[in-house]
Amino acid sequence: MSLLEVQGLAVHYGGIRAVKGIDLQVEEGEVVCLIGANGAGKTTTLRALAGLLPAAAGSIRYAGSAVTDLPVHARARIGISLVPEGRGVFPRLTVAENLDMGAYSRRDRAGISADLEHVYGLFPRLYERRAQTGGTLSGGEQQMLSLGRALMSRPRLLLLDEPSMGLAPLAVQKIFETIRLIADQGMTLLLVEQNARLALESSRRGYVLEGGCIVHQDDAAALLASPKVRAAYLGA
Amino acid sequence: MDVLLQQLINGLILGSLYALVALGYTMVYGILELINFAHGEIVMVGAMVSVSVLVALTAAGVPVALALPLALAAAVVVCVVTGVLVERVAYRPLRNAPRLAPLITAIGVSIVLQNLAMIFWGRQYLSFPPVIEVQVYAVLGATVSNIQILILVVAALTMGGLLLLVNRTRLGRAMRATAQNREVAGLMGVDVNRVIAATFIVGSALAAVAGLLIASYYGIAHYNMGFILGLKAFSAAVLGGIGNIPGALLGGLLLGVIESLGAGYIGDLTGGFLGSHYQDIFAFLILILVLTFRPSGLLGERVADRA
Repeated sequence: MSLLEVQGLAVHYGGIRAVKGIDLQVEEGEVVCLIGANGAGKTTTLRALAGLLPAAAGSIRYAGSAVTDLPVHARARIGISLVPEGRGVFPRLTVAENLDMGAYSRRDRAGISADLEHVYGLFPRLYERRAQTGGTLSGGEQQMLSLGRALMSRPRLLLLDEPSMGLAPLAVQKIFETIRLIADQGMTLLLVEQNARLALESSRRGYVLEGGCIVHQDDAAALLASPKVRAAYLGA
Repeated sequence: MDVLLQQLINGLILGSLYALVALGYTMVYGILELINFAHGEIVMVGAMVSVSVLVALTAAGVPVALALPLALAAAVVVCVVTGVLVERVAYRPLRNAPRLAPLITAIGVSIVLQNLAMIFWGRQYLSFPPVIEVQVYAVLGATVSNIQILILVVAALTMGGLLLLVNRTRLGRAMRATAQNREVAGLMGVDVNRVIAATFIVGSALAAVAGLLIASYYGIAHYNMGFILGLKAFSAAVLGGIGNIPGALLGGLLLGVIESLGAGYIGDLTGGFLGSHYQDIFAFLILILVLTFRPSGLLGERVADRA
C-alpha cells in the first residue's frame, strides 16, 4: 500500500479546471517529483493534497484512509506538511516562534526540543537569527525557515512547492542539499519544481504534468534521458 | 485646582476605557481585516446586562462585594454568547465575500443589536446603582475618586491579561500566526475557525468589562450608547494603528487624554464660542488627521509588510 494514493483528482482553480483527473502514488520513503511548465497544475495539485483547495472529483488516500474531505488543519495533524510556494513565513513572528508554530499540533516537549536542535543543526543560520522576525530574513533564509518549520511537525509526507523559486544559485544549492539529506534519512517527499533537472536529479520517480493531465511518468533517470522530456523541460 | 493635571487624570481614565474597547476592534481587524462595527453594541450589551443584574442583586440584598463580580460575570457570558453568535451567523458565511459585504453586514448587526436592546430594556436610561460610596482624594491639586481608581486598576489588569494571552500562550501564538497568514496557519495544524471564534470570545469579554466600567464611569447605560462609543474606540484603534494591539492601548489612552484636554480648554481657545460638550469632535478630528497624514497609525506597520 502506498503512503499517498491519488485517483482521478480534479481541482478547480480561479474558475478553470486546473487539474483534470490525475492518478499518482507515492510510496513510503520515496522521493517523487512533479514537473511541468508554468500553469500545468503542479501547485494546484499540491494545494489540493494539503487541503487548501477542495477536490472537484477523485479521491486522495493517505496512510490507508481517505482524506479527500478533511480540512487543511486536520491533514496537517496526521502528518501531511506543505512547504508552500513563496515560503509563507510569518513575517512578524521571530524565527524561533515560526519554528514553534511548526510544532503546533505536537505535545511531546522532549521530542520538540530534540527536533528543534536537529533543525538548527541543518540550518545554523536559523539559530543565529532565532530572535529576528521572519520578515527580516533573506529569501534563502526564509526558505530554510519554511522547510525547517515543516520538519518541526515531524511530517510523514512532505510536500515541497517550488523550493528553488526566486533564490540565488548558492541558496538553491543549499536547499537542495538539505532536501537530499532529509530524503536520505527516510522522509517521503513529493516535490514540485520548475527547475526540472534539479527536481529529477533529486528524485527516484517523476510525473510530467501538461495542461492539468499527467502525460509521462517514469523513473527519474529515464525521464532525464527521454528525448521528449529533454526537449520540452530540460532545454536540451 | 490644577486644571491641566485634573484633565490628564480624567483623560487617562477615559482613555483606559477607550483602549479596552479599541482592543476588540483591533483584534478582529488583525485576523479578519473586518471592521466589526457591532463591537460598540457588544459593549452596550455588557453595560445594560451588568447594570440590570447589579440592580436586581442589590435590591435582593446581595452584598456589593458579591454583586459586582456576579454582574460582571453575567455581562461576560451574555457578551461572549452574542459575539460568537454574530461571528457564526453574520460574518463566517461571508468569509470569502468581497470586503464591502461583511462591512455592511457589521453595520446591520449593529442596528439589529441596538433595536433588540431597545425592545428588551426600553428607551429609558438605566442608572448605575450607587453601590460604592464615592470617596474623593486630593492629588497635587487635582482630585481622583475611588471609582476612578477602581476603573483604572480593572482596565489595567484586563489589558495585562490580554497581553499575556496574546504573547505567552499557545492560543495567542495561533492568533498572531492566523493574523499574519491564515492559510499557512492552517498548514501548521491551526483550526482557523476556532481561532477566529476565540478572538471574538476574547474581544467580547473585554467589551463586557468595558461595558460595566463605562456604566459606572458615566453612571448610566442606554441602548444606543454603543454607537458613538464604538466610533471613538475605532478612531483610537486607527490612531494607534489598526490591527496592532499595543497600538490600540496607546491610541485609546491618547484619545482619552486629548479629549479631556480638549474639553477642558476648548472654551478658552474659542473665546467661549464652543463649550466642553463639543469634546466629541476631537475623536473624529483625530480620525480625519490620522487617515490623511498617517493612515497606518502611530504603531501600524507599513502596508508592504502585510504582503
